[in-house]
Amino acid sequence: MAITPIKNLKEFSTANDRFEGAHLLCPGCAHSMIVRELMNCSDDNLVIATNTGCLEVSTAVYPYTAWDTSWIHIGFENAATAAAGAEAMYKARKRKGTLKDPDAPVKFVAFGGDGSTYDIGFQWLSGAVERGHDFTYICLDNEVYANTGGQRSSSTPIGSSTTTSPAGRVSYGEKKMKKDMVSIMAANGAPYVAQLAPNKWKIMAKGFQKALATEGPCFINTVSSCTTEWKFDPKDTVHITDLATDSLVFPLYEIIDGYELNILYRPKNILPVKDYLGAQGRFKHLFKPENKHVLDEWQKRVDASWERLQRREEARI
Amino acid sequence: MAEKYDLQEVEVWDGNYAAAHALRQAQVDVVAAYPITPSTPIVENYGLFVANGYVDGEFVMVESEHAAMSGCVGAAAAGGRVATATSSQGFALMAEVLYQASGMRLPIVLTVVNRALASPLNVRGDHSDMYLGRDSGWIQLDAFNAQEAYDMTLCAFKIGEDASVRLPVMVHQDGFITSHTAQNTNPLQDEEAYAFVGEYQTYQEMLDFSKPVTYGAQTEEDWHFEHKAKQHKALMDSRAIIDDVFEAFEKKTGREYKRVESYMMEDAEVAIVALGATVETCRLAAQQLRAEEGIKVGVVAPRCFRPFPFDKVREALSDVKTVCCMDRSSPGGAMGALFNEVSAALYSTKNRPLVTNYIYGLGGRDFSVEEAKRIMREQKAHADAGYITTAIQQFSGLRGPKLGFFETNRR
Repeated sequence: MAITPIKNLKEFSTANDRFEGAHLLCPGCAHSMIVRELMNCSDDNLVIATNTGCLEVSTAVYPYTAWDTSWIHIGFENAATAAAGAEAMYKARKRKGTLKDPDAPVKFVAFGGDGSTYDIGFQWLSGAVERGHDFTYICLDNEVYANTGGQRSSSTPIGSSTTTSPAGRVSYGEKKMKKDMVSIMAANGAPYVAQLAPNKWKIMAKGFQKALATEGPCFINTVSSCTTEWKFDPKDTVHITDLATDSLVFPLYEIIDGYELNILYRPKNILPVKDYLGAQGRFKHLFKPENKHVLDEWQKRVDASWERLQRREEARI
Repeated sequence: MAEKYDLQEVEVWDGNYAAAHALRQAQVDVVAAYPITPSTPIVENYGLFVANGYVDGEFVMVESEHAAMSGCVGAAAAGGRVATATSSQGFALMAEVLYQASGMRLPIVLTVVNRALASPLNVRGDHSDMYLGRDSGWIQLDAFNAQEAYDMTLCAFKIGEDASVRLPVMVHQDGFITSHTAQNTNPLQDEEAYAFVGEYQTYQEMLDFSKPVTYGAQTEEDWHFEHKAKQHKALMDSRAIIDDVFEAFEKKTGREYKRVESYMMEDAEVAIVALGATVETCRLAAQQLRAEEGIKVGVVAPRCFRPFPFDKVREALSDVKTVCCMDRSSPGGAMGALFNEVSAALYSTKNRPLVTNYIYGLGGRDFSVEEAKRIMREQKAHADAGYITTAIQQFSGLRGPKLGFFETNRR
């Protein structure tokens, strides 16, 4: 697939509307921005598989569908395998000559939230990537089980208050580090992995295009700021995402063939992590004096991760 | 093009090999599978067919049975012929996706080699997995030997893919007894088998982009009920198609199959109802008992476990005095499933025969011709007395003190 350069946001945002606006996602949800970008950045036919989650329950409530392309949802955990099965059928039918339009390019894409990607669907994703199916998996990472009302996932970062890791008199909330899915997927053998964010839409579109153009399984973790569970005003989605990328809590980078790491965005002014944390209700309790150590820990970890990414970029290992 | 496989008129195949050949001859587009005892050889042999050019579809070795059925669902929605194989724990692991496959009306064929469910862990044959699938919305066909494992697998594609059915189909055979016992088997030649199964007819496929489709939508209390009712109706209505396919198969091969198989039932006073390889044991016992002791005993076997042949079971059993239902699955605090379903069918007959229940053969415990004869004699005693002279539910072949539940109150 040729990668078409995208210059104008207005044109791009209405380029190829295969994801209809009439869905049930929350106002201010970043999911729809990410999904539309994916679908607009390619003219190829798309088969989309979606894990159970916010995106799925909000876009295909019978008798309606927001998807103007082929779409399938099976369960919470198996969108990667659904896409892999469809891709296998495409190969078989192409070989046997039973496709209705054998020359039209087809891309296979699976969407999952962090619940289905980092946790319950981890095995299915790992298996499909290991087997080398030609598909792109996109994680809409809002760091929480948002669809079921805000329970922790293994993507939930330290100090976040969720309904199953609530902050209280003796707890500052989630105790564990966020799982590093991008590195895991690179180590799993994906030829292209990236972390992208919808506020940096050009970088995101280019990353999506690269993934679709790469033969084999690609994995993309996208930052999907969640107005409901992160607790910020719906109008501030892009602003919060700016804070995420500019504080380097969500650094944007890609890894090609498991070793060639490229940083895709270097903020001119790196913001302190507390600016990002302070803008969201889920971290409010961290600003109490007794939790200062968590804020310090946060900054330390973000600095270390940025340092590690830069070294890996230089070293090409 | 896949290579033609050179077959003799009579092959010596076990049930696994027979099923693998049927999948090969149906020219399945995608097999996504995960091996498990005792169905592993189906997957291994299919893999060997792929390696030697006898299959030109895709063979995807996934990382679990849940993924196997998930891959099958994705593949089937993309518009082609799909099949897989499993047993026991693997069957249990794919249970979630079995419901999704039938709910999306995808005609996947699943060859199930029946095996006990843990715990305790057990690799031998019983019908726990088969019973686990009974509300999953699949058609369930039952093969009693290797020949039938082959025949039923070919029929399964034709039944499930029929435009008016569009439902997934399981073909059951008994672990080890059928799956690993080599028997004389009469296969069709490749082209004949494929001509019988027919070309796959695509319907609402994801790879036709001129008509995008949404699979696996959400329905709540407003529409879910209507979908499930329609699905149930499709299952019930598939009875006529199953009959048609069996008839077409008989025309092609001379081998006759019915949704309920009756043996020596014309003048029977006593009937045994069983599934799987046990049917053949019971038939032999009935034959011997008639010759040796003059007991008029017959054997009734649901070939089609789902949709349950309520109509045909009632027809087959309405004139007998006693019916003994043999359940090879731990009933978990109830009467055996076969007992419950057969009793329900017989409740609306005039005659209402006496119905008893035996739990037997769990975890591969042997069930002999002698034991079958003992049970038949016991049924004859019920018939003569006019009431059930033992507990209604008993255990056959169990070590230790006799176990039984519930007495009749019809004496």
